[in-house]
Amino acid sequence: MAAAAPSATAVSTAALLAPNPAPTSAFLRRTQLTRHRLHSLKCRRAAAPRRPPLFHGECFVVGDNIDTDQIIPAEHLTLVPSKPDEYRKLGSFAFAGLPSAAYPTPFVAPGEESSRYAVIVGGANFGCGSSREHAPVALGAAGTRAVVAEGYARIFFRNSVATGEVYPLELTDAGAWKECKTGDVVTVDLGNSVFINHTSGKEYKLKPIGDAGPVIEAGGIFAYARKTGMIASKASA
Amino acid sequence: MASSISTAAKASAAFAHKKEFGEDAKVWDREKVVIIPDHYIFTSDERANRNVDILRDFCVEQNIKYFYDIKDLSNFKANPDYKGVCHIALAQEGHCRPGEVLLGTDSHTCNAGAFGQFATGIGNTDAGFVLGTGKALLKVPPTIRFVLDGEMPPYLLAKDLILQIIGEISVSGATYKSMEFVGSTVESLTMEERMTLCNMVIEAGGKNGVVPADETTFKYLEGKTSVDYEPVYSDAQARFFSDYRFDVSKLEPVVAKQENAKMSRSTRVYIGSCTGGKTEDFLAAAKVFLASGKKVKVPTFLVPATQKVWMDVYSLPVPGSGGKTCSQIFEEAGCDTPASPSCGACLGGPRDTYARMNEPLVCVSTTNRNFPGRMGHKEGQIYLASPYTAAASALTGYVTDPRDFLL
Repeated sequence: MAAAAPSATAVSTAALLAPNPAPTSAFLRRTQLTRHRLHSLKCRRAAAPRRPPLFHGECFVVGDNIDTDQIIPAEHLTLVPSKPDEYRKLGSFAFAGLPSAAYPTPFVAPGEESSRYAVIVGGANFGCGSSREHAPVALGAAGTRAVVAEGYARIFFRNSVATGEVYPLELTDAGAWKECKTGDVVTVDLGNSVFINHTSGKEYKLKPIGDAGPVIEAGGIFAYARKTGMIASKASA
Repeated sequence: MASSISTAAKASAAFAHKKEFGEDAKVWDREKVVIIPDHYIFTSDERANRNVDILRDFCVEQNIKYFYDIKDLSNFKANPDYKGVCHIALAQEGHCRPGEVLLGTDSHTCNAGAFGQFATGIGNTDAGFVLGTGKALLKVPPTIRFVLDGEMPPYLLAKDLILQIIGEISVSGATYKSMEFVGSTVESLTMEERMTLCNMVIEAGGKNGVVPADETTFKYLEGKTSVDYEPVYSDAQARFFSDYRFDVSKLEPVVAKQENAKMSRSTRVYIGSCTGGKTEDFLAAAKVFLASGKKVKVPTFLVPATQKVWMDVYSLPVPGSGGKTCSQIFEEAGCDTPASPSCGACLGGPRDTYARMNEPLVCVSTTNRNFPGRMGHKEGQIYLASPYTAAASALTGYVTDPRDFLL
């Protein structure tokens, strides 16, 4: 992380994308740096105000009705995400269920534990099927920060929020996924509720994340419940 | 409110509870949590077996009243507490009651809506939260009402009804809605058939399904529960998001096929799961085999949902058979021997799971999902069907209308 904090003007968009090496780029995407980079580079770090989340990177595109069996096949559900090594393994299996004929580019490259794609673009009814929480967890473990889709199945949406693993963002209109290609460079800007595809030059409106935002921001339902006093703070570790 | 945890939770809910509430935390009510191993039981997969051990440790530590444990994997009958598929076990053991709220770590928890309660699936983190607080944040969904009237034809089952409904409203047609089933046909359905109906509301995106409690419900519950319950009903002024009406007497058997499915030859048949592995589902399949008198043309796998269902398959006489049991009829038809009760291959599971699809085959199944790879192989094809249709298809080696045998 220290290596990724040079002077403001020295950072290029190529460094932001950081396609190689994959583990470092995934780490990069999961930190505050991604959030602050485009806006706060010229700010004094000490006084930098909290900004709504912003994610930038390559996108991975899927279609309608992507179910949780495709996101994480059942044979991997024996992995327990609260064990760090199994959490990482789960990330390596994200989207392992996608048929290769329709999706020739794997979400996680063979031999890697995380994905180069920071944002997933999907169609209608994303995350349908089984309630397996491993689905948003696998995506988060792989390094994804946001899904941008036309709509969500509700258990997947709820699990994404409860775990705080990914932002399940909803587009106001249909059809975006058909205009995006895997590998396109995109920005998801929650502050302005907009999804920008830099490669195609198109922009799409997002519905505001609403009440779910602070829960994900806090790190999931437990962190949020503690923060707001719904449950007692954890005893010191 | 009660909460059920099946091994679908993979012990994660137990971990979430401890991680978030502390090592000494106790569940909010040791009698309102039911923990039921059912996914990935009969396997040599070490992690799967470990996860049952984790559940056991948690149950012992928390003194959980209802833990349907299994230790001897080589013989399910050697485990007196073991039940099998959680949704059917919940019903059979009297944990489903009108007017209550049931949350479960499995999407087919909606199955219990058949009892006139609010039942829905949640994830492990949510479950950990419920375990610690006894509370959950829930929004009240709008209701779509389905009015099913008309006499149920002899070749139709509740599976056909729900497949018809999902086909009409689409796989996201009920997203974040409640699906309420009323009408003379619904009133004529048994509890198990009502369960089949509610079981699959999730496949239309439904938050929950509900059948108003009536005499059929109360009769089923006699002797199963000593807990008082108070049914709730939609009142006369209730407004519905939308209404669908069906004349059931005009409906036909249906199957759900995958989007690009082409061939109608089937290479195997699977009868099992919470959706289609109950006692009446097996009686229905036996009826078709009995009517035919012939042998199946493809491997036919039978996986009773629970120990009780397994026993029924081996003891209940099939009407019109001169006293034969389902198991005898299945044997005469050349089906596989009924397997150990569990979720089995409905969701694929570890590679050594009985009846898992490890090659690209075509399966006609009484289960609930046919996503790519659902039963194992990514190129496998699955046709979802009623037990009548599944049995008929076993006899021909093609996806077959059960009217060919039942009329």
